Amino acid sequence: MLTKRIIPCLDVKDGEVVKGVNFINLTSEGDPVELASKYSDEGADELVFLDITATLESRKNVVELVNKVAKSVFIPFTVGGGIRSLDDISELLDAGADKVSINSAALKNPDLLNEASKKFGAQCIVLAVDVKFNGRSWNVHSHGGSIPLNIDAIQWIREAEDRGAGEILLTSMDADGTQSGIDLDITQTVSQQVSIPVIASGGIGKLEHFKDAFEIGRADAVLAASVFHRDILPISKVKKFLKLNGIPVR
Amino acid sequence: MIGIIDYGIGNIGSLTNAFRSLDIPCIFSGDPKKLSECDRLILPGVGAFQPAMDVLTALQLDRFIQNWALDGKPLMGICLGMQLLLSESEENGLTSGLNIIPGKVIPIKGGDRKIHIGWNQVEPVRDNSIILCKGHAYFVHSFVCKPLNKIHIVAQTEYGESFASVLQKGNIIGVQFHPEKSQDYGMGILRRFSIE
Repeated sequence: MLTKRIIPCLDVKDGEVVKGVNFINLTSEGDPVELASKYSDEGADELVFLDITATLESRKNVVELVNKVAKSVFIPFTVGGGIRSLDDISELLDAGADKVSINSAALKNPDLLNEASKKFGAQCIVLAVDVKFNGRSWNVHSHGGSIPLNIDAIQWIREAEDRGAGEILLTSMDADGTQSGIDLDITQTVSQQVSIPVIASGGIGKLEHFKDAFEIGRADAVLAASVFHRDILPISKVKKFLKLNGIPVR
Repeated sequence: MIGIIDYGIGNIGSLTNAFRSLDIPCIFSGDPKKLSECDRLILPGVGAFQPAMDVLTALQLDRFIQNWALDGKPLMGICLGMQLLLSESEENGLTSGLNIIPGKVIPIKGGDRKIHIGWNQVEPVRDNSIILCKGHAYFVHSFVCKPLNKIHIVAQTEYGESFASVLQKGNIIGVQFHPEKSQDYGMGILRRFSIE
């Protein structure tokens, strides 16, 4: 039986892992390669590296980081942040990343999804979407959540699937950083609307939140950062809890 | 020496890294002459069946791999590389494969999603030298191998329904998952293939 995935997210800034609360106020968390090995040993199913600086200068650091991680960690990992072109994708995949996550660039130029999916295969194209509830529906935000767009999240996600995205990384900005649980409404809605896997993100603070994301949100995977980085919920403990509750995990 | 067949399709870097960490010498090349100096070959691959077959043919690697198999030399196809070993694929219309293991590649059915992504259990169904025990491996695919002869299935995996996750015909092995991304379980498989 296919297991549910637990994915630690490592936000990378200047070669260090950081985690923003509501996308601002960053605090340093540690060395990415060391953390990647630690998580892999603890049972992480995948890893996500997000370059939150996403400048041309930081790109070099990220490629170097990907190179190093790929040499010592033998689970799949995704890299995102500032990916704008097929060349960017090619460079990261060549360095050893298994997938890339695309966000703002796909909003600006949706054809990038078609082209990337055709060239590299849908399996390595993850569409990251940051959404916020507006009282009636969910709006997409770009540039790390800083720019609100007049785009409906569900419509955008369905379009992205048609264009060749292989997975959806869904972050609720309302829940992110609150540690009060995944936004189950949007997660469940998206999960039912698409036939590609949905990775739920934002708001994990307790063991029950993982269970709810899978059982109620129908997520295929859950991504979290601070609860792992601060050792509040070690991955092994999360998996033991899920197993006890009848959710298939590795 | 392990030779990784480099035809521009598939993550050669991950495989090279995996063999290096196991201290197993390997090279990657798309040149049949260089590859013929190796003891064992890996056929990697991600993406669609037809473009991959087109490239193998253009580089004259199709005949080379077929002859390699006829000589009884060890070869492991990984993911799309496994599917290419079969006779034909239904992906984007019918395309002929390398026809080393008789059978067909068909869309995965019965699962929750049209793509099977993630860690799933590999269960050996007959004695073999590669898959010694049950374990979780990392899969990413939307098509599966359906061999004509069930005797070629050495391990299976459940996604809606059972499918062949590992095939073996003599020294030819195909694995649907990515051993190079399946941590200790996968690394054990690569090691056994390299020394067995």
